Amino acid sequence: MGVISNGTTLLDAGAIDSGVPTGAMVLIDTVTVTNAGNITFDGSLATGFSSAYKEYIFKLIDIHPAATGADYTFQVGTSSDTDFDQTITSTHFRAFHNEAGNTTSLAYSASHDLAQSTSAQILFNGVGAENDESCVGTLHIFDPTSTTFVKHFIFSGTQYQQSDYAIAHHVAGYFNTTTALDRITFFFSSGNQAGTIKMYGIK
Amino acid sequence: MAIISNATTIADAGAFSVSLGSMVLIKTITVSSAAGTVSFVNGTSSVVLNNTYPIYLFKFINIHPSADDGGLAVNFSVDTGSNYNVAKTSTNFEAYADEGDSDVAVNYSTSGDLAQGTGVQHLTGISSKMGYDNDQSASGELFLFNPSSTTFVKHFISEFNQSDYRNYTWRRNVAGYCNTTSAVDAAQFSMTSGNIDSGIFKLYGIKDS
Repeated sequence: MGVISNGTTLLDAGAIDSGVPTGAMVLIDTVTVTNAGNITFDGSLATGFSSAYKEYIFKLIDIHPAATGADYTFQVGTSSDTDFDQTITSTHFRAFHNEAGNTTSLAYSASHDLAQSTSAQILFNGVGAENDESCVGTLHIFDPTSTTFVKHFIFSGTQYQQSDYAIAHHVAGYFNTTTALDRITFFFSSGNQAGTIKMYGIK
Repeated sequence: MAIISNATTIADAGAFSVSLGSMVLIKTITVSSAAGTVSFVNGTSSVVLNNTYPIYLFKFINIHPSADDGGLAVNFSVDTGSNYNVAKTSTNFEAYADEGDSDVAVNYSTSGDLAQGTGVQHLTGISSKMGYDNDQSASGELFLFNPSSTTFVKHFISEFNQSDYRNYTWRRNVAGYCNTTSAVDAAQFSMTSGNIDSGIFKLYGIKDS
């Protein structure tokens, strides 16, 4: 039975009617950890990639390391290669400013980009582990299940660095594969993490 | 008749009263054979680009060119697409790295900005031409703020990543304004050389309430 209001069908067949405009940014999953090695979206603990969306957005909220000075990274995998070791070519540039107010920079960071590497992509470097220190950011991944194109990603975020710097990171690149991606994992280069990552699909 | 649950009005007068999300998909255009332009014109083909939303967001998924020669560009119209020639002043910067790890940089792109230019605004390409190998493409997004204002200029911000024809990854950030107080009611995308071979263009409206 449909639900019709003022001549407009709002609900029918167990769902909101297709003629009703609904939000195009859909929260798919939220993972919050207090002391974990990885935050992984792979279909086991949290939802992985599917062809349902042409873009995914991850919101990283107050990611906090257990060990000071670790780098925060991510990698992706496929159903046939679950080891999170896809080939990445990327750019990475940073702006930073210290609390003392005497050091600033905007520069390419050659030590944090990747060139046809299967290593994890660094998003933040040297994150502070004091109680109030953390990092936040947004990662876009476009059409991860394409079997035609490489998969582009774009990231922007900011962190509290271990030596009391604010560092804004801008990372982008592509996973150089035409195999569909179905999983992603976020982790520190050493030690565990606390924090929340939210996964959205864009209709 | 209103639908009320636990004293909360869920729907009334033909619309939901509760929030169903603030980002609304307005239009998707999928290019599957070569096209010279892709246009979003208010009032045409179900496109809304007026005062309905204060912010509009275009998404670009795997835009693939027909040639190794150029990049994606945009222009805007104040006469529902009769002319795409709005004056724009903009900034444009890029970060790039080649797959061989021998050439990396972040730079301002003086060839990609505009100073009251009425021609197209480069979103990708310029010194980096988009690659047209079968697996090469560009993806990104473009925000257009308050296009229906008749008081203010119209700001735009875009961000892309692309495969360069020489096997580079190339990030480009563009921002600026359409220097007009006329309402902008259409946007057109094209390649600076050749056609758009394939790709998905999406237009969203961001609600203000």
